[in-house]
Amino acid sequence: MKLKTFSMGGVHPPENKLSAREPIQALPLPKEVAIPLSQHLGAPAKVVVNKGDAVKVGTLIAKGESFISANIHSSVSGTVQKMDEVMDASGYKKMAVIISVEGDVWEESIDRSPDLKRECKLEPQQIVEKMKEMGIVGLGGATFPTHVKYMMPPGKTADTLVINAVECEPFLTADHRLMLERTQEILVGVEIMMKAAKVDRALIGIEANKPDAIEVMSRALTDFQGIEVIPLKVQYPQGAEKQLIKALLNREIPSGKLPLDVGCVVNNVGTAFAIYEAVQKNKPLIERVVTLTGKNLAKTANFLARTGVMANTMLTALGIDMPADTAKLISGGPMMGKAISSLTIPVTKGTSGIILMDAKEARRHKAQSCIRCGRCITVCPMGLSPYFLKILADKDQFEVCESERITDCIECGSCAYTCLATLPLLDHIRYGKTTVMRLARERSQK
Amino acid sequence: MSSVIIYSVVTMSVIAAFAAMILFFVAKKFRVDEDPRIDEVAALLPGANCGGCGYPGCRGMAEALVAAADQGDISSLLCPPGGLDTMSAIAGVLGFAAVTQESTIAVLRCQGSCEHAPSKLTYQGPQKCAVAHVVFAGENGCAYGCLGLGDCVSACKFDALSIDEKTGLPVVDPEKCVSCGACVKACPRHIFEMRPKGRKDRRVWISCMNKERGAVAKKNCAVACIACGKCAKTCPEKIQAITIENNLAYIDTKKCIACGMCVPVCPTGAILATFEPPKPKAKEVAAVQAETADNAAVKG
Amino acid sequence: MSANHKLIVSLSPHEKGQDSTQKIMWTVAIALLPALLAGTWVFGLAALKVTLLAVIFCVGLEYFVQRFMLKTEVTVSDGSAAVTGILLAFNVPAGIPWWQLLVGSIAAIGIAKMTFGGLGKNPLNPALIGRVFMLASFPVHMTTWPVPMQNLLSLGVDGKTSATALGMLKEAKGALSTISLPNHMDLLLGKIGGCIGEISAIAILIGGIILLLRKVITWHIPVFYLSSLFAFTGVLWVMNPGKYADPLFHLLAGGAMLGAWFMATDMVTSPMTVKGQIVFAVLGGVLCGAIRLFGAYPEGCSYSILIMNAFVPLIDKMMKPKAFGKEVNYGGQ
Repeated sequence: MKLKTFSMGGVHPPENKLSAREPIQALPLPKEVAIPLSQHLGAPAKVVVNKGDAVKVGTLIAKGESFISANIHSSVSGTVQKMDEVMDASGYKKMAVIISVEGDVWEESIDRSPDLKRECKLEPQQIVEKMKEMGIVGLGGATFPTHVKYMMPPGKTADTLVINAVECEPFLTADHRLMLERTQEILVGVEIMMKAAKVDRALIGIEANKPDAIEVMSRALTDFQGIEVIPLKVQYPQGAEKQLIKALLNREIPSGKLPLDVGCVVNNVGTAFAIYEAVQKNKPLIERVVTLTGKNLAKTANFLARTGVMANTMLTALGIDMPADTAKLISGGPMMGKAISSLTIPVTKGTSGIILMDAKEARRHKAQSCIRCGRCITVCPMGLSPYFLKILADKDQFEVCESERITDCIECGSCAYTCLATLPLLDHIRYGKTTVMRLARERSQK
Repeated sequence: MSSVIIYSVVTMSVIAAFAAMILFFVAKKFRVDEDPRIDEVAALLPGANCGGCGYPGCRGMAEALVAAADQGDISSLLCPPGGLDTMSAIAGVLGFAAVTQESTIAVLRCQGSCEHAPSKLTYQGPQKCAVAHVVFAGENGCAYGCLGLGDCVSACKFDALSIDEKTGLPVVDPEKCVSCGACVKACPRHIFEMRPKGRKDRRVWISCMNKERGAVAKKNCAVACIACGKCAKTCPEKIQAITIENNLAYIDTKKCIACGMCVPVCPTGAILATFEPPKPKAKEVAAVQAETADNAAVKG
Repeated sequence: MSANHKLIVSLSPHEKGQDSTQKIMWTVAIALLPALLAGTWVFGLAALKVTLLAVIFCVGLEYFVQRFMLKTEVTVSDGSAAVTGILLAFNVPAGIPWWQLLVGSIAAIGIAKMTFGGLGKNPLNPALIGRVFMLASFPVHMTTWPVPMQNLLSLGVDGKTSATALGMLKEAKGALSTISLPNHMDLLLGKIGGCIGEISAIAILIGGIILLLRKVITWHIPVFYLSSLFAFTGVLWVMNPGKYADPLFHLLAGGAMLGAWFMATDMVTSPMTVKGQIVFAVLGGVLCGAIRLFGAYPEGCSYSILIMNAFVPLIDKMMKPKAFGKEVNYGGQ
């Protein structure tokens, strides 16, 4: 049977799902956490606690005030020490709340029982409110505040909920393990999301390299109405929302538009789980599954880590040291993740994995002359011409960049991955893209 | 004479006459009447089209000057490469008194050299400051300091900037700098500033942009400004040119008299001057060092 | 910081595919070996000598220009100059004097490649420019083909010459009954006169399949070029079999196979999208046929490819891939 996939472009990097068999384990609590105020797209949350305040797990510590923002809750119980700037995955220091950990006391309103709660009596509007209250953001990596996605502008409706369980990035296995171990909860979460989006159809896209997850999720569907599991061809970037919608529904989102414009709401499967816990168990988003992996590591793992915990505690929990040959640390996946300067950065809502790469893997070969092989054009899932965009960005030709649709670039990295001459295509395209967007903003402000 | 020659001459003459008539009519019909002063002023301008005046090329500046002259005031316009001589000549042509504006020079407000701010990471990617700035804080860890990849050098059309191999920082050649401001625009961290050249070429500036707390700043760079405030206290009461804001000191060019007394007083050496500063008395130095040590212990 | 290294920070992606320019060039060189063997089998060590000389000249010239004239980085290790040398040698007769080969190499590397900026920047195929330059400058030597299967062990060639299949065709001036053309089997295996690399169609085909399997090239250019040539000559042959040779003859004779599989597929000078490649190949095939049948030269393959090379920037501009989301295929709102 031919598997569904998107029709244009894509590459197939080695999957390296080294941690696929590691069950999710809880990361032991540290002595101190640093919870950043900006763990989401949009304006940072405004802190609502003061130095010396006692907090429990789930206490609101920062409120999202603007339209696109999210609440932040304490992931530990203890005392607020101070506010300080802490290095995070962006390469710069950001404001965070430092809390010293004392015990593990949770807010009384949170239901900690492990039983599955199937029924949800809330109205769609109430569900969206709950998402906002509990600080739910997209856990696929983009961390877009979820409640905003469900607040549809008048005149726009959805007919399908798309659940992104693809996890197309190499090395990452957090979503995979979640599907194997929390199947029922995820499906209840999907049901709740269908109610909030007012749709009666949900499609869960899973890449074919996770046959056990496909099996487990499909078998569990018998109890649920309107949900389908669709296996997809293993092709990067299958998990990019535009490509996913194309693969599942054969609808193409026009340039500059959103999934809602083609009648879809897209969410990551981890977000579905978080929504289940938020709506059914009253639990805010304070922890997530993070994959710790790397070819040189003696052990790999999938940790359930609280936000604010330093990434290096994961190595300590496994009882291993950073391999001496490590040359690069990545937060996220190897195709779109960020290279970080140390492991002393806090886990945030958007941290899907931490990868340790050795010198040989991390080494970038010297860029040579472009030989116009055209492979970058063939693999671009958005139908762009990366070699041309690079030349334009290099020469600061930003108007031509804009007319060549540089803003359509989803920054998947397929072009740079394929380039025969090892040109850092995406680096230059990003420079062009951010400048074009900045110039467009300045134009609209005038 | 052969008929071929006669016919050729006649035909060519007719064509030439026809073409001449067309040209004459077109030249008359599409003639653009320009103020002749624009040509005069444009002839006086350097012709480098650097854009330092803020107008599109020297022609644009000439048009702006003539327009301003009609308004009655050309003092707000300055051609930095041309300098005061050019502006005086132009003023003469347009019927104004000579313009007096202070000449400025580009100043780099960072000393994060390889020695003072050793690199802890390796950056791989396009050697462009604009790109590296997006990736991370910098190889030495200071998010405000110079990245050393030379966007300023590429932007300078007058060959006044070059990266010093030993320090990794850009160096301004005072002979060549014409204050066009291209480096100020090119630097993604706004480290360059146009400061007045100063009387007898004397100028003093805080060579640091770091807005982090002193202890944190010093972790990355040995000569960072730690906002101890000694310089502000040393600046004479009547002058008060130095302000401390956001953990960073700044010398106001309008007030600074370039006496240089703040330079030796700075415990980290973050203040630079283009001249030899006056040596403080030994007692003063000891007092400054003691007080700085106290402050560091308190702030922690 | 880890024990051994300062950590590397860069923008994503942090992984890289395995292919590189060098690997591609080496694969092309290996794919050309069957044709080299066939040429040596038919023309002897002279063929090997000419090929080796061409490679030495081309690589040496590139090194010289980069190191001493331009004073930039030397990039001969990427293998592109070596491949150009082999292809240049394949386009000349085995008896070519070494100094003419040097002139051709200067045209190929010096003029066609380095003046434009080196690898990746040349608009026209360097090996073909070298061959065409030599053909225009040394017409006699470039059309003096040694007799096949003679004097195989000598490094030079004796004075006897033979004609190529296409040469015979052109001489016949439309009266096919007066000549006896080589049969298809001879053309396939290579028992005919011609340039070193173009004689054995089957050796070239083997090389072409190697390129396809290693994913160096895609099938579009060779298949469409040859099909278009086949169709063009086929139509005319059907109309007048006494005047025109059959299309299979045209496919196997001359440089069409070498051109379609190795010269037209050169990445630098061919279009970057599949749609563009098809247009490029189809027009090239027609041009080749037209020059062969109606032009002054017996062989039109080199010129057809060079002419189409000149159109590549226009083809690239017009044949961009379809933008994602351009077509609105959802009207549910």
